Amino acid sequence: MAAIEMKNIVKKYGDGFAAVNDVSIDVADGEFMILVGPSGCGKSTLLRMIVGLEDITEGDMIIGGKRVNDLAPRDRDLSMVFQNYALYPHLTVYENIAFPLRLAKRPEKEIDEKVREASKTLDLDEHLERKPGNLSGGQRQRVAMGRAIVRDAKAFLFDEPLSNLDAKLRGQMRTEIARLQKKLGITTVYVTHDQTEAMTLGDRVAVLKRGILQQLATPRELYEQPVNLFVAGFIGSPPMNFLPATVENGQVQLPFGTFPLAADKAKKAEGKGLLMAGIRPEHFEDVSVIGDGSVDESRTFEATIDVREWLGDQQYAYVPYEAEAAVQDQLKQLARESDGESLRTQLVVSLDAASKGEDGEHTTLFIDTDQMHLFDPSSGENLTVGL
Amino acid sequence: MASGKSELKSRVLTGLGVALILTWCLLPVVWIISLSFKSQSAVTNGSPGFFPSDGGGAGFQNYVDVIQNDQFGKAIINSIGISLIATILSVALATLAAYAIARLEFRGKKFVLTTALVIAMFPVVSLVGPLFDMWRTIGLYDTWPGLIIPYMSFTLPLAIWTLSAFFREIPWEMEQAAQVDGATSWQAFRKVIVPLAAPGVFTAAILTFFFAWNDFVFGISLTSTERARPIPAALSFFVGDDPFNRPASLLAAGAVVATVPIVILVLFFQRKIVAGLTAGAVKG
Repeated sequence: MAAIEMKNIVKKYGDGFAAVNDVSIDVADGEFMILVGPSGCGKSTLLRMIVGLEDITEGDMIIGGKRVNDLAPRDRDLSMVFQNYALYPHLTVYENIAFPLRLAKRPEKEIDEKVREASKTLDLDEHLERKPGNLSGGQRQRVAMGRAIVRDAKAFLFDEPLSNLDAKLRGQMRTEIARLQKKLGITTVYVTHDQTEAMTLGDRVAVLKRGILQQLATPRELYEQPVNLFVAGFIGSPPMNFLPATVENGQVQLPFGTFPLAADKAKKAEGKGLLMAGIRPEHFEDVSVIGDGSVDESRTFEATIDVREWLGDQQYAYVPYEAEAAVQDQLKQLARESDGESLRTQLVVSLDAASKGEDGEHTTLFIDTDQMHLFDPSSGENLTVGL
Repeated sequence: MASGKSELKSRVLTGLGVALILTWCLLPVVWIISLSFKSQSAVTNGSPGFFPSDGGGAGFQNYVDVIQNDQFGKAIINSIGISLIATILSVALATLAAYAIARLEFRGKKFVLTTALVIAMFPVVSLVGPLFDMWRTIGLYDTWPGLIIPYMSFTLPLAIWTLSAFFREIPWEMEQAAQVDGATSWQAFRKVIVPLAAPGVFTAAILTFFFAWNDFVFGISLTSTERARPIPAALSFFVGDDPFNRPASLLAAGAVVATVPIVILVLFFQRKIVAGLTAGAVKG
């Protein structure tokens, strides 16, 4: 087990394109680190640089206190689970798991013990003599993990290991990976584009965009205190709502009305012209389901809900609004960066499941402006981070 | 019951087709076998039946004669030796070359591939003259290497093309996984890539062996004695006691003996060629 330090890592391809640009991440010993970002953000490239399958153009990769930039993959003592599992089809499950040990020329007895132990951990005992071709996706996934854990490596690396599984299996394997990592206490770097995996598995999460590290923080911090528009929009499902806003006299002016704003937030944002306000769907509520007397009248507004999606434990409601062309362009740009697409300017609100009403009806909504963040629209920077 | 009737009809037709093709392909072979069991005098006097006429059968005498024939015994050893060595060398070289072609980007890769194809298309006969002269000067005439070299140069292109197609099918991740697991490039190649490409290796090996085993042109023109003469050439020199009356039944027995190794080889490797070994390597 070892810590992994990445210092100003750069990966440039022959044509000068920088797939990873000046990324510095410290993974502590035993930590579960997630690399997340939309496709093409350089997260897989970074992982492959850690394991040694890609050359590092600039910067230092330090594993367990030793600079490994020039070491071949086999000398780095890391184990990796590939997206496509990369099992050896001509070998049985037993031999697949034993492969790294056989290469290390361990004694037969030790190999057998370790393989049996790994297969027990992963519930593969009855499949040991089968070939990977006869296994289901989830079983193949477990064999790939078995091959990784059998060899007390310094760290585990996962490259989108669950992306080929169906939704139900993915959920189960996610829990399984979390449990295994806790049990073995081994340093882990996990690449994913799925934010549920990122939020639930990681001790810390590194969000990347176009090869640049955006934010490195705990899942909670990412969610509550995103440093910029990209992180705010990428983390969370449904995503954070972005609204054009101006702050004047301690009040924030949104497309639906003007609401009071906390003094410290107002101070940071006052007089900056048109800003981008970010507020998560759950920070709205239907006034009719909140116990009366506790509602601050100045923070409510009338909204026309055009579609409701009732999920049982909660519901999502969509409130369309008109926005200026400039704002619309920026919202589209944001959506594209996080692999999404915004077709119309609308507010997504998460309401209590008890809230009722016909589509197209007027509803009075409460907005919790204390939870709102204000972003500089040109730089994308969060002006109210930490507040 | 209409479906049962049409099923019966299709089965009958399939059977008929199979029988027709089998007859077409195997009749000459069967006839040679029949001929090899007839005595020489029966053949000379005319023995048109499939089975030997009364008193015209020779039992296994022809085979015994063939195998005890000194000339023929040496030819068998020559053929097996030359074909095996040419096959092993050609496949080993082709495996390495094909791996490089499938995996590496290097200057002149296209050139290597086109040249290989051009060589494969070269008519064999056109090279016999120059080779004959060259081999006599260098001293390779009537030796094993003198035949192994041309066999290799004609089978390498085909082997390289076949194998590089197989290597391209193997996912890169296999090797990367092996390297992360602690294998050197050579170990990854030997323990993961070659076993996965085994069907390709066997295909290339069989094609090479066929070419070398069946070759007549080189065999007859680049040899002069029993030192290196392979079976096909030896059969043509098999005149027996009377040069005007060639021993047909003896020749037939020799042809059968020459065919047996090929048949055994194909039956032995067939399973390996057909097996789809890459199944289950990745998600599927």
